[in-house]
Amino acid sequence: MAIDFELNGESVSLDVDPAMPLLWAIRDIAGLTGTKYGCGKALCGSCTVHINGQPMRSCVVPASAAEGAKITTIEGLSKDGNHPVQVAWRELNVAQCGYCQPGQIMTAVGLLERIPNPTDADIDEAMSGNICRCGTYTRIRTAIHRAAGDKS
Amino acid sequence: MSGLRKISRREFMKRTGQAGGGLVFALTFASACQPDEVAVGPAAKASASVAPNVYVNIRNDGIVEIYCHRSEMGQGIRTSLPQVIADELEADWDKVEVIQAIGHEKYGDQNTDGSTSIRNQFDLLRNAGATGRDMMIAAAAQMWAVPASECVARTHAVHHEASGKSAGYGELVETATGMPQLENAKFKAREDYRYIGKPMDTIDGLDFTTGRAMYGTDTVLPNMLYASIERCPAFGGTVTSFDDAAARAITGVVDVIRMPEPTSPPLFNVQGGIAVVANNSWSAAEGRKKLEIQWDRGANSEHESQAYKDGLIASASAPGASVLTRGDADIETHSQHEAVYYTPYLAQAPMEPPAATAIVNEDGSCEVWAATQDPQTARNTVAATLGIEKEQVTMNVTLLGGGFGRKSKPDFIAEAAWLARETGRPVMVAWSREDDIRHGYFHSASAQYFRAGMDEDGTTRSWLQRSSFPSIASTFAPGVTGPSGFELDLGLLDAPWDVPNMRIETCDATAHVRIGWLRSVCNVFHAFGACGFVDELADAKGQDPKEHLLEIIGPARKIDPADDAAKYTNYGHDLAKHPVDTGRLSAVTRKVADMAKWGRDLPAGHGLGIAVHRSFLSYVGAVAEVSVDESGKLVVHELWIAIDAGTVVNPDRVHSQLEGGGIFGMSLALHGELTTRNGGVVEGNFDSYPMIRMSEVPAKIHTHIMESDAPPGGVGEPGVPPIAPAIVNAYFAASGKRVRELPLRNAGLT
Repeated sequence: MAIDFELNGESVSLDVDPAMPLLWAIRDIAGLTGTKYGCGKALCGSCTVHINGQPMRSCVVPASAAEGAKITTIEGLSKDGNHPVQVAWRELNVAQCGYCQPGQIMTAVGLLERIPNPTDADIDEAMSGNICRCGTYTRIRTAIHRAAGDKS
Repeated sequence: MSGLRKISRREFMKRTGQAGGGLVFALTFASACQPDEVAVGPAAKASASVAPNVYVNIRNDGIVEIYCHRSEMGQGIRTSLPQVIADELEADWDKVEVIQAIGHEKYGDQNTDGSTSIRNQFDLLRNAGATGRDMMIAAAAQMWAVPASECVARTHAVHHEASGKSAGYGELVETATGMPQLENAKFKAREDYRYIGKPMDTIDGLDFTTGRAMYGTDTVLPNMLYASIERCPAFGGTVTSFDDAAARAITGVVDVIRMPEPTSPPLFNVQGGIAVVANNSWSAAEGRKKLEIQWDRGANSEHESQAYKDGLIASASAPGASVLTRGDADIETHSQHEAVYYTPYLAQAPMEPPAATAIVNEDGSCEVWAATQDPQTARNTVAATLGIEKEQVTMNVTLLGGGFGRKSKPDFIAEAAWLARETGRPVMVAWSREDDIRHGYFHSASAQYFRAGMDEDGTTRSWLQRSSFPSIASTFAPGVTGPSGFELDLGLLDAPWDVPNMRIETCDATAHVRIGWLRSVCNVFHAFGACGFVDELADAKGQDPKEHLLEIIGPARKIDPADDAAKYTNYGHDLAKHPVDTGRLSAVTRKVADMAKWGRDLPAGHGLGIAVHRSFLSYVGAVAEVSVDESGKLVVHELWIAIDAGTVVNPDRVHSQLEGGGIFGMSLALHGELTTRNGGVVEGNFDSYPMIRMSEVPAKIHTHIMESDAPPGGVGEPGVPPIAPAIVNAYFAASGKRVRELPLRNAGLT
């Protein structure tokens, strides 16, 4: 069945099984591969996208939940890659392999929209659902603080 | 090329981002997946080029293409490798474009493991740049009819000072075309480096932060299929029978295919099982859930990790084969201290599970896009799997979403190639997290026995160490029953202890799973055991652990394990160039202790622990500050890590590897353990095989790079081994309780 929603500002209609996780609808059907699979069980955060502005684990959200919603993926976060969080990530060379970083960035953006000037404790709480096996965490913390400064 | 590769220009541009000045790296990396008929990026602007060697191609539009023949998995090699070449080439960094090389023997060693890229190839890379520079100078000299000795290369151009003439590299391409490639060229003086030793930004930074970076899971080809494979829970088991009717009924499932049976030894061959191929990833996974398979669990069906652990400890507790002898380790001493250390199986668990996509063309040739650390072995494995020549296999290398040793093993790539031929369509094999945790090539479980004899004043006079673990060699050869020579290089035979009587033995262990290598390999458990035991000796002596560590390392000297009848190969390097230098080990020990302000007053319940280890020709010291409360809540407050890696190329990437090594070490120290039951791995995902998360991350990870002009050592792995013993020693300092097994969660610590 067709599921209609807004994906990165464009109206899309995807013909998918409504039970298909949104992650696979975005990756395999819509062809946007920036959102990553890491666990399939909302344990690692690699698949984080924004659904109506809220960071969600797309690997456990059925495609049917996207009906009528506004979905933003890493590709749609900014036009030119210059969202303050993306800029801070590059200034600090946060990424190592980079694979989990779209999910980290989408979670961090959600945090900053909720708490513009987060403490380390806020960051630890908000970001603990996102695993980075390369271990970029300390730079992620610093980058979130820097992005918060850019915003204020 | 195959008609299957047609991707519309519009689709291609959508997938790779719009062309623009800042996007040259994105475009060039994506070009591996780009159809030949689509001319995009700078290639469209240049009409000619000259290649001084296989690593460098200079175009007449002035762009220098550098082929990165090593795999990028987070260590930053796609930045640091071009830094070395560009420096010697006198290229302008802004006019450098990095192209990921395919797997091909013309590039020499491409196996990206063992922390080898810089330590083994620094001179090769410098030569690639320097011969390119000299070719440009020769071309300018010929063009201007002046002696080459009067010309200098600087900032992407050759200059002749006497005449004031200058020519950019692009302008010299035509003249250089047809000139002989140079074998060797003089290297720059260290003080003239422009890029080597500088913290250059990661060239893939924009791709990493915008979702444009292309990994093994991200290849998209027209008409492609997605495969999900159910494998026997027990290693080496086979399919007895299966019913696929329900799987085939799932919408989107295209076929169900029985995989070739596993081989013994396993090598990098496919592991058998039943593959479900479908039009999308989810249908493949859903179809797989509906399979009904009867297994013959095979020879390893009774493999239980608890019994196996008991066996390893028993093996290490009895005499084994002596591999190093100095003096008489059995001499009588005033007192003795003994201990047994144990570490479990681990999975590498890169965030991107293994993934590869393959096409088999009508002529039988095969093209692959894979997240591989070892593209030449992957190419050979695919050729062997399909029964074709390796020249018929094109091995494109994507970015790797982490590697840690897992993606050195191309079994998943062989699966994709085999299914591509079976289906006649492009097939992606992307492992699930559970596949990755349960069916990988595991880091060995290990047991070590230690016995030290001490003088009356507590000075260690004798050292006996036995190491028992199933060998990586068992993955490649039948009948392997114990540790193998190359594994003894990994933190065992280069024991730095200044003890006059020493014997090291290895003890038997038979493998019941596929054993592979994980970041820093046997150094993980050898450093854990030795640095933990040395800390015990400090306590037995009543001495400060840092002072004791420096004392037992002893005076600055160069150790040759051959003096103690050991066969030591020093990571493939001459000891004259890369000695086992206890002076450097002591220096990082002192440095990291100073960084942590060792000896300061600590809050109640806190402790500092120290450990130091040489691996991959580099020296790393680590200090951890931990606290533990009454409930067993263990907090690692800060880590300090100092490395002497000799000459470093990109200090920012070295710092990041140490930060990451600290976290990797914490994961295995606090959480990492795979257990087996009935031959199969019990854990399956990040709930049962946890990783360090942000809430557990130290407030600070302080890192330091020792100034050195020694030849480069490894960087990716050496940061890991000292972390676990530093934490365990810190826990002892905080609590008075000694832990000799990992992970710490098994000691009731959370």
